[in-house]
Amino acid sequence: MSRSWPRVVLLVLGAAVFLFPFYYMLVGSLQGEPDTSLAGAFPTGGFTLDNYVAINDRVDLVRSLVNSGIFTGGVILCTVVLGVLAGYALARLHFRGGGTLFAVMLLVQVVPFQLLIIPLYVMIVRSYGLADSYLGMILPFAINSTAVFIFRQFFLQLPEDLFSAARIAGAGELRILWSIALPLVKPALLTAVLVTFIGPWNEFLWPFLITKEAGLQPLAVSLANYISNVAGRAANPYGAILAGACVLAAPAVALFVAFQKHFTASDIGSGVKG
Amino acid sequence: MTTITSTATAGETSGGYPSGGPRRSVLTTLLGRQPLGMAFAAPYAVFLAAVFAYPLGLAAWISFHDYFFTAPGAAVERPFVGFDNYTAALSDPGVRRSFLNVLVFLVINVPLTVVLSLLLATALNAAIRGRTFLRVSYYVPYVSASVAVVAVWLFLFSNNGMVNQLLGPLAPDPSWLVNSKAAMPLIALFVTWKQLGFFILLYLAALQGVPKELYESASMDGAGKFQSLRNVTIPGVRPATTLVVILSTITGANLFTEPYLLTNGGGPNGASTSPVFVMYQRGIEQGNPDVAAAIGVILVLGVLAISLVNKRLLERG
Repeated sequence: MSRSWPRVVLLVLGAAVFLFPFYYMLVGSLQGEPDTSLAGAFPTGGFTLDNYVAINDRVDLVRSLVNSGIFTGGVILCTVVLGVLAGYALARLHFRGGGTLFAVMLLVQVVPFQLLIIPLYVMIVRSYGLADSYLGMILPFAINSTAVFIFRQFFLQLPEDLFSAARIAGAGELRILWSIALPLVKPALLTAVLVTFIGPWNEFLWPFLITKEAGLQPLAVSLANYISNVAGRAANPYGAILAGACVLAAPAVALFVAFQKHFTASDIGSGVKG
Repeated sequence: MTTITSTATAGETSGGYPSGGPRRSVLTTLLGRQPLGMAFAAPYAVFLAAVFAYPLGLAAWISFHDYFFTAPGAAVERPFVGFDNYTAALSDPGVRRSFLNVLVFLVINVPLTVVLSLLLATALNAAIRGRTFLRVSYYVPYVSASVAVVAVWLFLFSNNGMVNQLLGPLAPDPSWLVNSKAAMPLIALFVTWKQLGFFILLYLAALQGVPKELYESASMDGAGKFQSLRNVTIPGVRPATTLVVILSTITGANLFTEPYLLTNGGGPNGASTSPVFVMYQRGIEQGNPDVAAAIGVILVLGVLAISLVNKRLLERG
């Protein structure tokens, strides 16, 4: 074992660098007075929830969380329903345009979304008048291409005999997909949902551009507005900001810790082994 | 972030009818064996057309016309102006500064990302104990919202923050986020830290594809750890390296949240602005979507050029 100690040191040091800011976020959010000394990072008492009350006074946390939830839920729903159909078609059905669609799907993943913000803003806000609406928020993200890709990979791995047998027995494609293929790719569903979740839940730029009404803003946007506008005037600005940050980060971190089995190298990198 | 594949090929769709009696008709050759696939894929195809293809074309169109925001439905003339928006963008010192900034960003971020993620993935690949814990802790920043983690970095790197407290007299003056020399490198470090977990996963996947026998024969030939890393691992994961370089370049080109929040709008004095941040300022705050669209087109052409050069260099080397 002694041979591998540099590796262990590297890995543990790495984990500390990755985790410390999260620990510090939590500690800072629970302290009444910011203490930035090294000892201040390991307080022994004096914890308070005042910062959470303070941020909740300026940013309606529940309202913002609901907005984030609707935005994220809408995207996940569209991705799961329409993305599964597309993934199944791309993996298992032979139809005109299938190859082209697959090529476009790969291409889309390297188009920087930010290039599209001006035309999307023109279309969604100016042409369709969808500013300050959930629909406007959801539309550009509605079907996550990475999720479609994951669905396709999983459907491809199923044995072809399964499908030909069902077809000979006279089952329709929708029936085959629903009762045979889907139950077999349940893990893929979870992986795709996880991958899809982090997009809209963490997205800042797009909802920031199209929501001016505070009552519709997802938490990432309302917290960012608090950071850039109001923070300077609060009694303990960092405490309140960190409290908001904890609320924003907690659902994503909890989900990924709970379902870490479904977010591994083989799920994510299925396409890069070649 | 997205996952892409460089090797998967189109048209792996396998046939539906048993090989005994395929019904060949004009319709089959025209629509494929299972035209129902078109219906299944239609919503996604429409989505891609409406949210990617059309806006992509619209961005290019806007960049060549005199375009301004109007009320919905208003018909106005938008004359063709050739390369005017491009000259306006390129002669704007703020725009030039932002491109320079993103170059500084990439020079720090991309090599650091490749080296650190490969190193940590290699170490993680061998470790058995605590592997799950380590893997999860590496990708926690990646799955968290930028806005949330920016908040802690603001706290850590503020004037009286912990980092300056620890550095004492060595702390930069002016402090990190308001120092025109330190702001952009700090943003590059932040993004490296935040995205690293994703790239570690990519490398971990690639490492599974490197045959174990190669390591065994390398160690039989007396190769040390460093040598087997150099001669076996690095060539073995080359396709993944190409992907990591391209994806981290794209992430860098997309930079917006960090300069907006971490350095309070690309400060000090524009030292940490990014092209996307300038697009937002010029296009939406100041109402010049045509110039902003031109900046976007230049940005994408730049990313494309850098990616192609990198791909060439990496695949040859």
